[in-house]
Amino acid sequence: MLLEASEIGFRYSKNQWVLRGVSVAIRSGEVVGLIGPSGCGKTTLGRILAGYERPHEGSVALDGKALPATGYHPVQLVFQHPEKAVNPRWRMRKTLAEGGGPDEQLLAALGIQEEWLSRWPNELSGGELQRFCVARALRPQTRFLIADEMTAMLDGITQAQIWHAVLDYARKQEMGVLVVSHEKSLINRLCTRVVDLTQFC
Amino acid sequence: MPTQTKSKPILEVEELSISFAQYTSGLRQSSLKVIADLSVSVCPGEIVAVVGSSGSGKSLLAHAILGILPGNAAISGSIRFAGQKLTAEYQEAIRGREIALIPQSVNYLDPLMQVGKQVRNAAKIARGSSPDRAAARKIQREAFARYNLAPEVERLLPFQLSGGMARRVLVATALVSSARLVIADEPTPGLDDAAVRETLGCFRELADQGRGVLLITHDIETALEIADRIAVFYAGTTVEVAPVQDFSGGGEALRHPYTKALWRSLPKNDFAPIPGFQPHPNALPEGCLFQPRCPMATPECTAGRPEMRAVREGMVRCIHAS
Ligand code: SF4
Repeated sequence: MLLEASEIGFRYSKNQWVLRGVSVAIRSGEVVGLIGPSGCGKTTLGRILAGYERPHEGSVALDGKALPATGYHPVQLVFQHPEKAVNPRWRMRKTLAEGGGPDEQLLAALGIQEEWLSRWPNELSGGELQRFCVARALRPQTRFLIADEMTAMLDGITQAQIWHAVLDYARKQEMGVLVVSHEKSLINRLCTRVVDLTQFC
Repeated sequence: MPTQTKSKPILEVEELSISFAQYTSGLRQSSLKVIADLSVSVCPGEIVAVVGSSGSGKSLLAHAILGILPGNAAISGSIRFAGQKLTAEYQEAIRGREIALIPQSVNYLDPLMQVGKQVRNAAKIARGSSPDRAAARKIQREAFARYNLAPEVERLLPFQLSGGMARRVLVATALVSSARLVIADEPTPGLDDAAVRETLGCFRELADQGRGVLLITHDIETALEIADRIAVFYAGTTVEVAPVQDFSGGGEALRHPYTKALWRSLPKNDFAPIPGFQPHPNALPEGCLFQPRCPMATPECTAGRPEMRAVREGMVRCIHAS
């Protein structure tokens, strides 16, 4: 499968383009890095790919077809702040059930403990919550994952744990991954190819 | 590399514990110890980084030093500033003058006050209340020039600044103060490489002027680039304090098994995680806090909490470290 963003343009106000003429393509099973200085639209591009924003110019296609406007989105986004990505009034079990039953093997790989399922989000650390957000995003229907600074706030050990689980899953499911990060060493470690947005700034 | 500075510490934190009163079911009150027996010191001219995962309560250390913990917090242990015990009155007297905070969030800036004025106010507070506006302006302009803030920036409001600029304003505020200790709490998240490098350079400069800098961060790679010593924070306490040079190779010079595991987990090293997670303050294991995950654990490790002790040029909380 091929996820393709072509000639994307996006602006928040009339003459202020955040992105213009940006094209990116990711194949299934590929792990691609997305880098560039802050404010150059990395996060916006990730949100467009995952269907959270509509581009003002250009288009996003999956195998040449437009992405579905309703139903499960095959491109899932996990971003830096898990506490903003979960419903504070739901126990973790419910959050996890959003979009399908949990995959036991994946939960184990992510180090999610059975007893955490009955907790509220504010009873878990950032690292623990982020494991849930990753588990929720990795459904069989997920073809691509956008990881926007996904482990930037975590300690090294948790970061390595989560990435090992994600890469393993991506390999087995032939899922493509776009890694948005400002950490060079992480990008070098994970990615086979890097897209640099600096030229579009 | 300056090894352990010979001068006397400007800040000494010993066996600091911080607990919060909690109401559980019914009216029962229990207390949750979030920080336990934390020890760290900072000498003039030195940058010490306290490194721990975010949300682990390490910011409370900064709040305890500044005396701005919430009312339901109980604290024990001792904090000394320039050799003198920090009491509430002493904290009040020196806050903003002898100790400056570079906070986690730029929301700390007054949203309705031009940033130049905020820096001038800091300069005035530092010099007693002498209302010499011209002198304060001169100090502020020099600080702005030093951190590449254009003169017109002084008339901007905080929301008009980019993240990097706001950060530089905060550093400029610390610079114009007469603070002998600067505490930076998680100062770089969300900044790109260039801005991070710039911020770090500012800290080095503050230290080179003879101030002590306490950097509290989750980002060990950044800490390693700038700090002289690293204090590793795990499950509410410091498990090791090591000179930065010890973080090299396969981590052989490091003392604590957790620090070694953390070092090896970095993407630039093996990227190899150990299993498990940090225990919660309300579910701490018996004995050593790291024992459930420690590859070196022996039955003695469950006997009691290991004391912090000196090993080579650093400190460690592990009974088997050598
Ligand atoms: S005291 Fe024992 S369990 Fe704790 S770190 Fe040392 S060897 Fe490991």
